[in-house]
Amino acid sequence: MTLLEVDELDCRYGLLQAVRGVSFGVAQGEIVALIGANGAGKTTLLRAIAGAHRPYAGRVRFDGADVTRLPAHRRVSLGVALVPEGRRLFPSLTVEENLRVAAVKNRPGQWNVGSVLDAFPLLQPRRKMPAANLSGGEQQAVAIGRALMSNPSLMLLDEVSLGLAPIVVDAVYASLQSVINEGATVILVEQDLTRALRVAGRVICMLEGRVVLQGDSKSLDRERVVDAYFGLRRSAAGEASA
Amino acid sequence: MKVQRWTRTSKLFTGATGVVAIALAVVPLIFGSDVVQKLTNLLILVLLAAMWNALAGYGGLLSVGQQAFIGIGAYGTVFFAGMGFSPYLAMLLATVLAGAVSVPMSLFALRLRAAQFAIGMWVIAEVISILVRLDNNLGAGTGISLFQMNQFAPNFRQAYTFWMALGFTVLFLAAMFFLLRSPLGASLQAIRDDEDAARSLGVRVASRKRLLFVLAGFGCGAAGVLVVANTLFIEPGSVFSVQWSAYMIFMVLVGGLGTFEGPILGAILLFAIQTTFTQGGPWYLVGLGATAALFALVLPRGLWGAIEERFGLRLMPVGYRVVSPEKKSEASA
Amino acid sequence: MTLLNAIVQGIFLGAFYAVLACGLSIMFGVMRIINLAHGDLAVLGAYLTFVIVEGAGVSAFVAFAIALPVMLVLGYLLQVTVLGRSLKAGLLTPLLATFGLSIVIQNLLLIAFSPDVRSLGGSAGAFTTASWQLTSELSISALGVLVLVVAVIVFGALQLFLSYTPAGWAMRATAEDPEAAEIVGIDSKAVYARATAIAVAIASLGGLFLAIRSVFEPTSGPTQLIFAFEAVVIGGMGSLWGTLVGGIALGLAQTLGAQLHPQFSVLAGHLLFLSVLVARFGGGRLTLRIAR
Repeated sequence: MTLLEVDELDCRYGLLQAVRGVSFGVAQGEIVALIGANGAGKTTLLRAIAGAHRPYAGRVRFDGADVTRLPAHRRVSLGVALVPEGRRLFPSLTVEENLRVAAVKNRPGQWNVGSVLDAFPLLQPRRKMPAANLSGGEQQAVAIGRALMSNPSLMLLDEVSLGLAPIVVDAVYASLQSVINEGATVILVEQDLTRALRVAGRVICMLEGRVVLQGDSKSLDRERVVDAYFGLRRSAAGEASA
Repeated sequence: MKVQRWTRTSKLFTGATGVVAIALAVVPLIFGSDVVQKLTNLLILVLLAAMWNALAGYGGLLSVGQQAFIGIGAYGTVFFAGMGFSPYLAMLLATVLAGAVSVPMSLFALRLRAAQFAIGMWVIAEVISILVRLDNNLGAGTGISLFQMNQFAPNFRQAYTFWMALGFTVLFLAAMFFLLRSPLGASLQAIRDDEDAARSLGVRVASRKRLLFVLAGFGCGAAGVLVVANTLFIEPGSVFSVQWSAYMIFMVLVGGLGTFEGPILGAILLFAIQTTFTQGGPWYLVGLGATAALFALVLPRGLWGAIEERFGLRLMPVGYRVVSPEKKSEASA
Repeated sequence: MTLLNAIVQGIFLGAFYAVLACGLSIMFGVMRIINLAHGDLAVLGAYLTFVIVEGAGVSAFVAFAIALPVMLVLGYLLQVTVLGRSLKAGLLTPLLATFGLSIVIQNLLLIAFSPDVRSLGGSAGAFTTASWQLTSELSISALGVLVLVVAVIVFGALQLFLSYTPAGWAMRATAEDPEAAEIVGIDSKAVYARATAIAVAIASLGGLFLAIRSVFEPTSGPTQLIFAFEAVVIGGMGSLWGTLVGGIALGLAQTLGAQLHPQFSVLAGHLLFLSVLVARFGGGRLTLRIAR
């Protein structure tokens, strides 16, 4: 069942076109990795799906309903949750307050402050601490936990490994795995190709605002992905050119 | 491709402006003192509007306290005349005083951010007003008159005052005109459009703002001088009133913030409204306030800004036009 | 008046300023807007209470209880119509729009009520005049104590609201990062409207106290705005309890200034305000030179 449908989406910042004619669908339970170089339009695309960016043209359909013009906070109550780039926690609010403020009344489910803290035990001792005082890894955990508080059916994760030490990223992905195991639908933007291909069932590669490659992560060979990522074209002799 | 400063329209218009200035100069010789006094008021409004626009339109400095300089100009005149200087010399001295005061004030005031600056200037005006009220030599709270002007016959007095007003207005408008046409002017317009971007390009934003602040200090001081010359009696309540700021805001917002022609249009409009609704009282002020708020929200570039955008009309050559020979299309800054 | 008496009066006056300033502080803290019509809204509240007192013959406090919900709704509407729009435009727009609004309110009041000064001192019962004589030179007015107690309650209630209620957390979150707030499901427009409603309601409480302790007329607004703004700045912009402290500091400055010369009171407050601005922002080069 298609949970999310993006149709000829066009997103702009003034005159700059960040997303050009992007179309794809995500079925329930899929894990999709959205990859591409900086400036490819991945963050803008996620923000448009979440409602933080108004598209110039095109449609976003969630769970059958057209949400293109719906403000972000209404999409949360429909079941979309974004973990934004840079985490964007509320600095003076404590960990617990950051979580509580994201709880949505009409979305019951297994995620609440207690279960989030169980999933991220590293946060237990930091419960009453202002978010500004947390380390990068702890902040990322809170950001993911905050998105979980609305018991979403679609989670959008934007660069959760950015600025974190590899060992911390391992921990973050480990806790993410438990979320994935419960059948959530996830789109994640990830710079680390290896990790992305390992976690995701499907890969979408973007370049300069367009989708240049889509496919099953197991069947795509790495060379093809790298080429698409950098916008390289290989000649018959196997030589790369941009 | 060439960069043009003058177009046919702006050549015509600048020429016309010169003619208007000369025509205005002969007004006192033709019309009675009633008309002359009214036109003096119009010129004061034009001057004030141009100065407030210099601050807010080109410097991004929203001051709700320019009445401080109006008061310094007015009371300065009375003060110097009281010291024995001839009235018109006293007026020049008072204008210089107002400008001089603005310099040390700028060192402090310009560090303040938007709201603090706006209300900070208002508080400074209130402080000066209170200090004047405490001085019996300046008439304290009841006011004082520039009786030294009585040495002139009313007709002559009105005419000299008018010419002084015309002189000041032309002077300050010319100052803005040449400022905007100079290399300095490009940086001023850059500050108007995007202060941070201008700063990152190396524009010395702070010193430019100081220049505008001091110019406005001089200009509003000159306006204050003209007020006392025109009405002969001043009291702290009216000359330091925040009402002046209200008028300035209305004229510039409605006329066109950040344009050269806008404030002049706004001043003419306010003058027209004031002469039509002389009995208006509170209702006309309600209209003024509501219009200013409406323009701030809906038409932030004012009437002239809208005209400029629609028709690409630039009457005074303060910008640049890029003329492309192939396409014959023009983009103007 | 002795020094001790001046200090006590200063604290009471300061508490009044704090109540007046509270709404201004809320709007700045949540929306980064300085509402130049704030003082006029306080005066509007005073007039509304006055009308109810005159019409229904009740005490000023009962009348205020009736006026309060009206002011809450008015604040809500204000945000939804005028202020919400000005938030999206530049930095100057909210200042300009609220300045225009201030002129509109003052002159509408002038038309409706004439320039006569009014007071609600006569409708506040015993509070207007009652006082306790502690010593031969020190008397504590009941009204002063009331305003001080109410000020502490109002600030305390706000603190509790912001710290312990979901709506309060939402307000703090929106104040810090409106976009992130939207992303986690907070309706930022509703939060802003709530904040403005609360701000205008508390402003009208300030108006009530103004009307009881003194007189008011249609053009009283700007003076109250200046005092409110001075209180906010002295206490530190963006700090809620700072506004209470700032208000009291302003009150003290004014009463102590009056000790020097009766006409110095308002001036002393202005000078304190300007000194705080200089200390915090201005004269950087000057202080460097002196330090060397």
